[in-house]
Amino acid sequence: MHSFPEIHQLLSSPLDFAHILDEIPLGILLMDKDLRVVHLNRFFQALTGFSLDMAKGVPCKNILRSSACIINCPVLATHRKNRSISCTSDIINTDRQKLPVRITTAQVMDTQGHFTGYMETIEDLRSSTPNDPEKNVAYSFANIIGRSRKMEMIFQTLPMLAQSDASILITGETGTGKDLVAEAVHQTSGRAGGPFIKINCGALPATLLESEIFGHMKGAFTGAVENKPGRFKLAHNGTIFLTEIGDLPLPLQVKLLTFLDDRIIYPLGATKGFNANVRIIAATHRDLEYMVSIGKFRKDLLFRLNVARVHLPPLRERDADIRLLLDHFLNYYTKKQDKKINGLSEPALSVLLTYPYEGNIRELKNIMEYAVNVAQGNRIEADNLPAYILDHERVQRISKIAAVEDVPKIQSGEPPSSAPEQPHKIEQTWSSVQRQMIIDALRTSRGKKSKAAQILGMSRSTLWRKIKAYQIE
Amino acid sequence: MTLHKVAIPILGEEIVPRFDLTTEVIILTTVNSFDIQDKKIIVLPRSSSDELCHTLLAQEINTLICGAIEDEYYEFLKWKKIKVFDGVSGTWTHAFKRWQTQTLNPGDILFTRMVEGNLI
Repeated sequence: MHSFPEIHQLLSSPLDFAHILDEIPLGILLMDKDLRVVHLNRFFQALTGFSLDMAKGVPCKNILRSSACIINCPVLATHRKNRSISCTSDIINTDRQKLPVRITTAQVMDTQGHFTGYMETIEDLRSSTPNDPEKNVAYSFANIIGRSRKMEMIFQTLPMLAQSDASILITGETGTGKDLVAEAVHQTSGRAGGPFIKINCGALPATLLESEIFGHMKGAFTGAVENKPGRFKLAHNGTIFLTEIGDLPLPLQVKLLTFLDDRIIYPLGATKGFNANVRIIAATHRDLEYMVSIGKFRKDLLFRLNVARVHLPPLRERDADIRLLLDHFLNYYTKKQDKKINGLSEPALSVLLTYPYEGNIRELKNIMEYAVNVAQGNRIEADNLPAYILDHERVQRISKIAAVEDVPKIQSGEPPSSAPEQPHKIEQTWSSVQRQMIIDALRTSRGKKSKAAQILGMSRSTLWRKIKAYQIE
Repeated sequence: MTLHKVAIPILGEEIVPRFDLTTEVIILTTVNSFDIQDKKIIVLPRSSSDELCHTLLAQEINTLICGAIEDEYYEFLKWKKIKVFDGVSGTWTHAFKRWQTQTLNPGDILFTRMVEGNLI
């Protein structure tokens, strides 16, 4: 434990200064006259990711990492103007997230009124920042957009869920916006002023994950050179978001279950528990019921997490939303990149509306970002779209032609091919088309591979690989 | 002989705490990761993550040592096969020496820790 000065003469017994600071729902940073970090509270750690052990004695701008520190240091302004300064800025935390904050600085005086250092309070503005104009779209909840029936039902449910304190399980394929929903629920809940801490259960090995989630005491194991509060403690009075909960190792599932029962966390090596007031939101792209049936996920944990379930439909089940999302991201990236693009051309739109979006909204977003970057004119044309989409579209078209050509054969008595074979057939068709294109190009270039590659618009190494793959002699 | 280019966004002698607020970047070309063959400072017209990423790619940088960086740009640079040591703070010379001796890690704080002028 850190020995930290006590506050005397306020109450009959001395008060623990660090504990008082930890209970304040604002990030607090104390610095000496040279702007070196002297102390920080738990909320500051939750916001920035820096613990006191990491930050103590380091120049504050390297810990707070706000844009104000570099452009116009508010602490130095406080010193110059001899008064408290408040400004809005942003910070980048150790999770590489940029967060909007309000920084308020003040001078710290000793009992004789001599200036001894500075104090900064950091307010997380994520919950109070007004939505960007581009995000202000009808048919939306927080930053989630949609007007399909399935999404409308979710929009009706989410505000009610946000107001309750129940655990939520969010399911859905990758790229459907599970993280966005979790954050939206937190920001519209009564806990919006508290921290929102995200843990990716699949990102760390089990041993590290345990100390990351529950924390550890100094000396609990080799290498535990300092106390670590753990994410649950940092999320006190806020929300903890366990993403990829399906990847949580079984021993940790038991520990999480224990916490859900008695709401007390025991850091590794600790003898005393900490009563954490935390709301849990979990998310996964896995089928937890199936995982339960094969013994990879605990049934009782599923029941406890599954108080309220939100299933986010994949984009292919949200036909009505594709156009809305295309326009939204077109508008967003056009403004962001300061381009003058009015819309999508008919061929581009038809390709985009028929594409299956296996990566869901994330994929659609990336496609639009690419298209806006590449587009030269005032409309996005089909050839501004990523090549793999056009390839897919070409395959679809060829398969349709092939299907039409197959009709007489079926009528002439040949048995129709079964449905599951269809994707294989499409692949074969595209492969044969590509093989033919390579042969044609090689003929045109009279066997010169570099020229053939140029004709085909691919690199020599790609052409070489394809010649090998298609066994072209 | 392998040439390796290391870029460090700087603010005076120190690594700038924020990648997106960089206006100066030092580029060190090393031979076999040790001898410095070339050292140059590029001054950017304005601070912008996009433009800095473009500069790093145009300069064919192999390694970036920087302060705080947004995940979007971190992932982009990784995808472009640039090795990124982010969250590093201290003087750029110190960080570079640590890189040369292969003792640099992301998140390293290389400042001498002091409170009220006393080492802690």
